[in-house]
Amino acid sequence: MKKSEFSDPFEQARNEQGIGHMNDQDDPVTMVLGLKDVRKCAHNWKTFQSGAKPGRIVVPSEVNIRDTRQIPFEVDPPEHGDYRAIVEPWFKRPLEDEYRAKLRTQIESLVDEVLTKDDIEVVGEFSLKLQSRALTLLLNIPYEESEVWIGWGTHVFRSEGVALDGDKAAILYDYIDEQIDRAQANPGDDLYSVLLNSEINGRKLSKEEVKGVMILTFAGGRDTVINAVTNSIAYFAEHPQALSRLRDEPEITNRAVEELIRYFSPLTHMGRVATEDTKVCPHGHDVKADSRISLCWASANRDEKVFENPNEVVLDRKVNPHVAFGFSHHNCLGATHARQIMHILLETLAAKVGSIEILDAKENIEDLDQFKRKVGFDSINVKFNPR
Amino acid sequence: MAKIIFITSDSEKVELEADSGSVMELAVQNGVQGIDGDCGGVCSCATCHVHVAPEHFDKTGPASEIEQDMLELDDDANEYSRLCCQIEVTDALDGVVLHVAK
Repeated sequence: MKKSEFSDPFEQARNEQGIGHMNDQDDPVTMVLGLKDVRKCAHNWKTFQSGAKPGRIVVPSEVNIRDTRQIPFEVDPPEHGDYRAIVEPWFKRPLEDEYRAKLRTQIESLVDEVLTKDDIEVVGEFSLKLQSRALTLLLNIPYEESEVWIGWGTHVFRSEGVALDGDKAAILYDYIDEQIDRAQANPGDDLYSVLLNSEINGRKLSKEEVKGVMILTFAGGRDTVINAVTNSIAYFAEHPQALSRLRDEPEITNRAVEELIRYFSPLTHMGRVATEDTKVCPHGHDVKADSRISLCWASANRDEKVFENPNEVVLDRKVNPHVAFGFSHHNCLGATHARQIMHILLETLAAKVGSIEILDAKENIEDLDQFKRKVGFDSINVKFNPR
Repeated sequence: MAKIIFITSDSEKVELEADSGSVMELAVQNGVQGIDGDCGGVCSCATCHVHVAPEHFDKTGPASEIEQDMLELDDDANEYSRLCCQIEVTDALDGVVLHVAK
């Protein structure tokens, strides 16, 4: 099998049961697999809440390593909307010309650098650097700060072989506490300062609330962006004609971005907690009050009832109603930033790179009990060749 | 060339002309308030929702099945709802009035 081929482990369960089961730390999860069902459950926040105990809607659950509520992610309407309104304009800044120009400079210089090397480990030496440097733009802080985050390694929460690593998480939480104190003592025009100065319902956001937004910003955009970038490099390595096509038909770049994100679905699923006894899927599976479901974006994005040739990358797929950035109230806050990263990356690769050779690759397989899903690579060594 | 009239939720009237592309692209290029087009027009994000003026609904036609599946979970949707990334600009649209949902 090709390295850039990501098969769909959910197909049979999606078609036969509509759900899957995962036991996560004795807090089992009913995984909702079909696109329509995923959308319906995501929309129904009254029955399937996000505002449960902090960490519980994440799978694997983070209740044992985190007390801070991530905001707006772990808040339900109507409060969710108040928080979202505060942060939304800031997270739309990637649409500004100046932001895009800076991001392009970062990505072009990184691609120029890897083109001079014989062997690049993409996850650590390309994607992590790209993601960390781009994050300085999203936070509006000095570029040099990215060196600190690159030093943390590829995962904030996950170490190799350990799904949840409390020590790693503490590094991030302590760092954010320090940065909030710094911004409070010496306000600037960075995200920490902007949040500390923001008001909700006539009062200032608390430090704990600011911390909740910042943890979300760091954690939500790390593995996801790294996997999207790394997997796309693997795809272009094995499909050099796709690079030349993007060069010849730049107008399809947006569709290519959406299609790669659909196909790779960097976030497999996200949980909710049922507030009442209910049922999911047309088959009517029981879900008990205070138990968990998950909205399986990765499965929904391969739903053959909606997508033709769901297991193929159709680079110019015109109608692509994927849910890789979630759906409804809680759709991904960082999506604008992520889309700009991908768009500029594809343009830059098409302009500068002739071919990419995969030298060695170690797959990252997520263990979801009933399903094993390839989500990315632990490591992948390549050689970038210039045009 | 088709003239397309957007009425925003602030009741601002924006008249634009185009001869190709999608209605969403036209709106985003001209900064029509309430049309974001986050996904760039692949029918994934539902941030380009409009209500077609009922008397003009034959100019646009109804939403496709994939659009309807998105719209049925939108609290502001009605029988004249469309995601305007899925409306191609053609002469047949000339004079259409679109009320921006957001």
